[in-house]
Amino acid sequence: MSRVRIPPTLRSETAGEREVEANGRTVRELLDDLMGRFPALRGQLLENEELAPFVNVYVEGEDVRTRDGLDTPVDDGSQIILLPAMAGG
Amino acid sequence: MSSYRELLEAVKTEIEEADADGAQSLVDEGAVLVDVRERDEWAQGRIPGAVHVPRGNLESRIEQAAPDRSRPVVLYCAAGNRSAFAAKTLSELGYERPVSLAGGYTDWQRNGRPTELPRTLGPARQTRYSRHLLIPEVGEEGQLRLLDSRILLIGAGGLGSPASLYLAAAGVGKLGIVDADVVDETNLQRQIAHSTDSLGEPKTDSARRRIESLNPDVEVVPFRERLTSENVERILEPGWDVIVDGADNFPTRYLVNDASIWHDIPVVHGSIFRFEGQVTVFKPGAGPCYRCLFPQPPPPDMAPSCAEGGVLGVLPGVIGSIQATEALKLALGIGEPLIGRLLLYDALSGEFDEMKLRRDPACPVCGESPSITSYIDYVEFCSGVGH
Repeated sequence: MSRVRIPPTLRSETAGEREVEANGRTVRELLDDLMGRFPALRGQLLENEELAPFVNVYVEGEDVRTRDGLDTPVDDGSQIILLPAMAGG
Repeated sequence: MSSYRELLEAVKTEIEEADADGAQSLVDEGAVLVDVRERDEWAQGRIPGAVHVPRGNLESRIEQAAPDRSRPVVLYCAAGNRSAFAAKTLSELGYERPVSLAGGYTDWQRNGRPTELPRTLGPARQTRYSRHLLIPEVGEEGQLRLLDSRILLIGAGGLGSPASLYLAAAGVGKLGIVDADVVDETNLQRQIAHSTDSLGEPKTDSARRRIESLNPDVEVVPFRERLTSENVERILEPGWDVIVDGADNFPTRYLVNDASIWHDIPVVHGSIFRFEGQVTVFKPGAGPCYRCLFPQPPPPDMAPSCAEGGVLGVLPGVIGSIQATEALKLALGIGEPLIGRLLLYDALSGEFDEMKLRRDPACPVCGESPSITSYIDYVEFCSGVGH
């Protein structure tokens, strides 16, 4: 079980939840679990079954794109942060 | 009990002295040159390249000036006596080769060797910036450096307001402000550079008035226009040391990024939404750029602006102040700027998270074989075309 931080721009898809728990041994499994419960997230996170280019996923502070992408392993208890681009200033 | 004379003679037998030629060759080989005289003596002339550490502050400040104890240190005073005592102190502090300049500055000058007059702040500025002068990492030289610095702010809104005010208060000599908007009533909940009196006024004018009343040392260069591919070269033309990006839209952020890489200017990036803020430093060559982090902007419906989604009024105060801090660090060349690190601040939980950012070798602008080498149509790029 890992904790996933939901950014403010995606909270309308998670009924306002700021942090949700999800299961998975890889980022792909974990996102599948998450999107199973919050289906509206799919279009916000994936593009052609790959991570959308405007979303970053961090496992324990490391960008999964610099590791194994969606196949990056996730340890039990890891903190996952979804980081979308924000323009506001 | 020994007299001063006896003590001085004793110290001189324990330390290494060098004449002007010897001192010069040590400095040429990489020794640190330290002037241990008092402030008023320093102000009347010094040996070029010297750092000023008055003898009264020697023990507490020498590590800042000469962190590497294995590197030789050449010390001088007026006649070579105070520097002899200083050399003894440095060997007690573990410095491997402290050397005192025999005959001191007086002989150096008499023999026609090069000297220079240091720039000084003058009494009024010494008072205004006294709390900076007390910090060893800033000091008079750092303050002079700030007064010579040129920082360009993109946006005089939520982030640009606190950033510009703190940079102005700190004595950054030249502040460029790019903003096309006028002050609107809905801005005043957070945009503290503006006020009720300035409703309807261009933000560049309103911010300029506020900055000039805060600190007349600052020259404000207003650009009452939106940054575009057409005007970016003209706006960057005067030369800027740092860009503070507080824009409110994606096209401007991608444009700022590309321009900063082509002009080799570090960008202090901040963005905010509701209770959350992101802040990082993109320094060309030293770390990733905005495109390495976000290769593409999100579809417009996924990234509501503050105008659409709202923002807690104080949030830009936190993020914009961190941006000002980072800009000052870059201008002064001190500390560890947020290069390759992104701070994520969640005001509701009161937490900061730090994420590591890496350069993308395939980045179309800063990567190994760039595919974008001139300005593009940024509005089209961000409008969802291609998604």
